[in-house]
Amino acid sequence: MSGHSTYTPSNGFTRWIDERLPIIRLSYDSFVAYPTPRNLNYWWTFGGILSMMLAVQLITGIVLVMHYTPNTAMAFASVEHIMRDVNWGWLLRYMHANGASMFFIAVYIHILRGMYYGSYKAPREILWILGVVIFLLMMATAFMGYVLPWGQMSFWGATVITNLFSAIPVIGDPIVIWLWGGFSVDNPTLNRFFSLHYLLPFVIAAVVALHVWALHVVGQNNPAGVEVKSEQDTVAFTPYATLKDAFGMAVFLVFFAWFLFYTPNYMGHPDNYIPANPMVTPAHIVPEWYFLPFYAILRSVPDKLGGVIAMFGSIAVLFVLPWLDTSKVKSGRYRPLFKQFFWLLVIAGLGLGYLGSQPAEGGYVIASRILTAWYFFHFLVILPVLGLIEKPKPVPESITADVLAKNAAH
Amino acid sequence: MATMDTAEPSRRDFLYIATGAVAAVGAASAVWPFIDQMNPDASALALASTEVDVSAVAPGQIITVKWRGKPVFIRNRTPDEMKALAAMDVKSLKDPQSDADRVKKGHENLLVVVGVCTHLGCVPLGNAGDHHGWFCPCHGSHYDASGRIHAGPAPLNLPVPPYEFISDKVVKIG
Repeated sequence: MSGHSTYTPSNGFTRWIDERLPIIRLSYDSFVAYPTPRNLNYWWTFGGILSMMLAVQLITGIVLVMHYTPNTAMAFASVEHIMRDVNWGWLLRYMHANGASMFFIAVYIHILRGMYYGSYKAPREILWILGVVIFLLMMATAFMGYVLPWGQMSFWGATVITNLFSAIPVIGDPIVIWLWGGFSVDNPTLNRFFSLHYLLPFVIAAVVALHVWALHVVGQNNPAGVEVKSEQDTVAFTPYATLKDAFGMAVFLVFFAWFLFYTPNYMGHPDNYIPANPMVTPAHIVPEWYFLPFYAILRSVPDKLGGVIAMFGSIAVLFVLPWLDTSKVKSGRYRPLFKQFFWLLVIAGLGLGYLGSQPAEGGYVIASRILTAWYFFHFLVILPVLGLIEKPKPVPESITADVLAKNAAH
Repeated sequence: MATMDTAEPSRRDFLYIATGAVAAVGAASAVWPFIDQMNPDASALALASTEVDVSAVAPGQIITVKWRGKPVFIRNRTPDEMKALAAMDVKSLKDPQSDADRVKKGHENLLVVVGVCTHLGCVPLGNAGDHHGWFCPCHGSHYDASGRIHAGPAPLNLPVPPYEFISDKVVKIG
């Protein structure tokens, strides 16, 4: 928390607390007086939206566990019991299932915002890396949560994903048996996934705390990509950012509610309403939509180990992004070439998502190979080279100058 | 440590390192039960064998039995299939292995393989694919009637589980 605390306890009781545990002071400095850049746009409300979604998933998850049974003989039936018998069970389960999708929509927007405005650049490298860690934890949590209803997609998704580890030479097979707790995905697997699915959201919450801590040490980036230079460049978190975030959350909740109440199964797979059968694989296995681009990368490589390396590599590359981008200019607004490549990457990602949902044959495979190659080319070649050859547009002198120039134009 | 400008290690350094080493060994051995509890337990290991009566499997038929939670295919190959397999060039395969090495002597027509695709663990479909053996619907691997991989991302043949004929009719898998 940069700068001095401006908190003054208003009465004897809060002063008594402040001298013993300055928790009100910490909250005040972090979420009331905290200076935020005055030019933040709505893309900056997704941090708040994500915190809200984490809370939604935690609360709905904790109450769902009051009715769910993590046993292969009863899991599927207990989920149907939640849907049919438990008071408001349908609502809570649909909130949790669609909430996972909403969480990923918000996190993808949040990550892309960071990429476009160069939010990963110095001094925000650790902030960015913590974000990638949260993203990985979210993927692990979502994957294990999807196994719990013990439908056909749950079972075969668990089988395919755990088998990824069998690609590791020599120790691959013992690792897979260790992960399963048996010789196939079975009751021990379901039990441990349940345990970890309950644990990981709290780990996410802890890493979010570190993420916010790092954010408050270095301060927020902003659309102009220039650092805060004077008090003039900022406004107080409350009411300005608080209300803007609240409005963003409300709009996002409308979007969430539309899926929740009008098409709650749109983002799921009908096969998961068939109880798990270890003897029969569904004809067309696809992961949940938020994993599709990575699934397409996995399938685009014709070698088992190579595919697994490419898939994990596609996320690993994000960890070193701060050092791959050589440009001194943060915001994509002032980088005419970067801006175009950024949108090409977005299109490649969406394309990979589509291809991941299609069967792995013919033209689909060729297209996923091209887009996979492009994905890595973007990070490993384009970004380092672009910083050296691109001529950026002039960057505003300060955040205030940026805001004034924009208003003068009207 | 500004005061430690001497290069000579002292007895105190030795004590620190020795204490640290003992603590590390203690911590590592305490971790092991927490890791090993995830391995297959006694009840999972106890279910490790299955007996099957194979006398009713007609030529051309594939039956699926469950062994250690996984499907095992038992296929009674027809004379035509055996002829086609014998004519194949084994050396050109991704995982070269002759059909004779994958069956028991005296029961050459009977193939016993684990019905789990060696790519990512799906159950392949019988009598399907380019080689009329098995076809995996997940990522498109083609196996022949000996369960050997011909095309697709799977790296290995369908594995033959350990099994024996305990009589002319009954096979014990595992």
